[in-house]
Amino acid sequence: MSTKLFTFKGGVHPPHSKALTQNVPIEEAPAPELVVIPLSQHIGAPCDPLVAVGETVKVGQKIGDSKAFVSVPVHSSVSGTVKKIEQRPVPGGTKVNCIIIENDGKYDVHESVQPKGDLENLSREDILSIIREAGMAGMGGATFPTHVKLSPPPDKPIDTLLVNGSECEPYLTADHRIMLEMPELVLLGTKAIKKALGAGKAYICIEDNKPDAIKTLVEVVGNEEGIEVVSLKAKYPQGDEKRLINAVTGRVVPSGGLPMEVACVVENVGTVATIGNAIKTGMPCVQRVVTVTGSAVETPKNLLVRLGTLFKDCIDMCGGYKEEPGKIISGGPMMGIAQYTDEVPVIKGTSGILVLNKKEAEVPEPSNCILCGKCVDACPVNLMPYKISRFSLLRNFDGADEYHATDCIECGACSYVCPAKRPLKESISVAKKEILTRRKKAK
Amino acid sequence: MEIKLIGSSSPHIRSDETTQKLMLDVIIALTPALAASIYYFGNKAMILVLASVASAVVTEYLCQKFMNRPVTVTDLSAVVTGILLAFNLPAEAPWWIAVVGSAFAIGIVKQVYGGIGFNFLNPALGARAFLMASWPHHLSGGFIDPAIDAVASATPLSIIKGAASGQLPSIWDMVIGNIPGVIGETSTILLLAGGIYLIYTGTIKWIIPVFYIGTVAALALVFDAGNLPYHILGGGLMLGAFFMATDYATSPVTDKGKVIYAVGAGILTMFIRKMGGYPEGVSYSILLMNILTPMIDKFVRPHVFGVATGGKKNEK
Repeated sequence: MSTKLFTFKGGVHPPHSKALTQNVPIEEAPAPELVVIPLSQHIGAPCDPLVAVGETVKVGQKIGDSKAFVSVPVHSSVSGTVKKIEQRPVPGGTKVNCIIIENDGKYDVHESVQPKGDLENLSREDILSIIREAGMAGMGGATFPTHVKLSPPPDKPIDTLLVNGSECEPYLTADHRIMLEMPELVLLGTKAIKKALGAGKAYICIEDNKPDAIKTLVEVVGNEEGIEVVSLKAKYPQGDEKRLINAVTGRVVPSGGLPMEVACVVENVGTVATIGNAIKTGMPCVQRVVTVTGSAVETPKNLLVRLGTLFKDCIDMCGGYKEEPGKIISGGPMMGIAQYTDEVPVIKGTSGILVLNKKEAEVPEPSNCILCGKCVDACPVNLMPYKISRFSLLRNFDGADEYHATDCIECGACSYVCPAKRPLKESISVAKKEILTRRKKAK
Repeated sequence: MEIKLIGSSSPHIRSDETTQKLMLDVIIALTPALAASIYYFGNKAMILVLASVASAVVTEYLCQKFMNRPVTVTDLSAVVTGILLAFNLPAEAPWWIAVVGSAFAIGIVKQVYGGIGFNFLNPALGARAFLMASWPHHLSGGFIDPAIDAVASATPLSIIKGAASGQLPSIWDMVIGNIPGVIGETSTILLLAGGIYLIYTGTIKWIIPVFYIGTVAALALVFDAGNLPYHILGGGLMLGAFFMATDYATSPVTDKGKVIYAVGAGILTMFIRKMGGYPEGVSYSILLMNILTPMIDKFVRPHVFGVATGGKKNEK
């Protein structure tokens, strides 16, 4: 491991707020009586149900799939009976088709769940197939189908895999605990993905506020050929894939382009560990580690949750609400999505459930922009957020486009630093959406 | 449990920095120089500052009430303007000059254009220019020499200019502020301390003061090396470079833009001092650069990450 500390330009230093859960070992959460498994937990085509109401299912059984390339199957996280298939609210803010399963509490494992054997005996195609069949989608939150990301066109060879363990979002510690408690799975997953990509080099990238995770992985990785653990300066948004690639390799992903343009692939460390588990035990993506935290949670914990468990069940497993909740966020406080109900299920991309109290949830009153330029300094993409925001609020989307609104990664660093508490990121997101819709229409 | 939740766009946490806290830091940074002005110029300085601040705050309140805008006097920006305007007056200036000046600064230069953040001139400097044009004898005379506690018509730079006769003070007196001048400009060392505090707290960046003072020093070295210390320590350069040129709304937001602005202000300052009709030139050079600021911000933009610049893409 090199002792160099990697970083990027711009960014902010919000309080880490990780002390609540960073030393709390992962606890397996019992599944509730009913689980709600959305047929779309990923970016891409939603799945069609493979089971009917009344059928019995087992843990790891495929219950939904799609013929589309950009899609991944979903599996049952419990054994029991399918009660209903209906529209239910999900953490993304919409309603999607969900399979509701009554848990028989036996956790009988489906016959299809079998260890995949030694990595040496698996071909590139075998690995990609295992990953797709395991229903893998980016568990850092973006939920892009993993096998698609690992199948770049032949003219875009990949030489570098970056395993993203930066976990730069405040409060979240799920990835931290995964690295501490399942480092072998992280290593196995890393080797598998590296092999599938034919990449010569893999970096496991960890922010320096997790020295124990760095130490653990350095030990586990040992002298493994082509795999290196690198430490990054703790700064938000280090975990953004383009920031990560730039910090570690110095490469610049072109505007509007994907990491494969610079021969890189970035995978969240939780995704990597789950892939490791799918190879070792054959169990598809039916569980994930979720940090349940915030001032309004009685006992914040890192829970190993069966997918489809409702947020409120997770919060109950942490002793319930400590005080009246003001905001429930799926994900971290910088990029997470505020929920309108606690009856949404944990899905593949749910890295955290953050419950803020009434006072913390208050939305500050914005005042005039004082042109201090702090947003310009904070923007990791070197945008001028105050200008784009001003254009957006005036509905001058051509102006916003001229200032590269579509390059915004919506990290929220600008809104975070703004002393006038202006809705910078919010208005830039509006402009971005509007510009992209117009471009599509123009085509 | 039936719960009511707040839904809003991310981010869900904000830094604890506010406009009010930034302005409070500027006031804290001005305090040592304020103490020096009272030490050297006594009650006269105190009255000017109080009258100026009171006028600024009251004008802001009345303007906002009258225009049906939210009243924002608690953001303390009017207090900063009030102090800075008073700092630009000679000790012998009558109190009503401060009142009229601050009312102009807030009412005309700031509120008419939309309030904080929308003014295109530094309010205190805009008002100073207005006072200078209207009551020149109150602004360019009536300096008190604290060393002899008597009215002196000549500031060090006006002596250098040849516009007045007299003995140049010692460098040490220039540093500590024991010289004639407007009440806030004299004590270089305490203004510098305040400026360093602003940089340390992240309220301002170092770029504008360093490039401004650096440019003045470099030009003085070339064109008037003998009087170099007076060019740097006198004429309100410290006050201007740290507290006036760094005004957020009227200086560029980008680092590159700040360099252009500060170097421009430095060149103009020395140009006015050597070729112009005034002995100093800090306030007019800042005002001129204020006017150029929207232009600088339009053309000097940071290079957006990943956007190609004529084949330079991915070079590093």
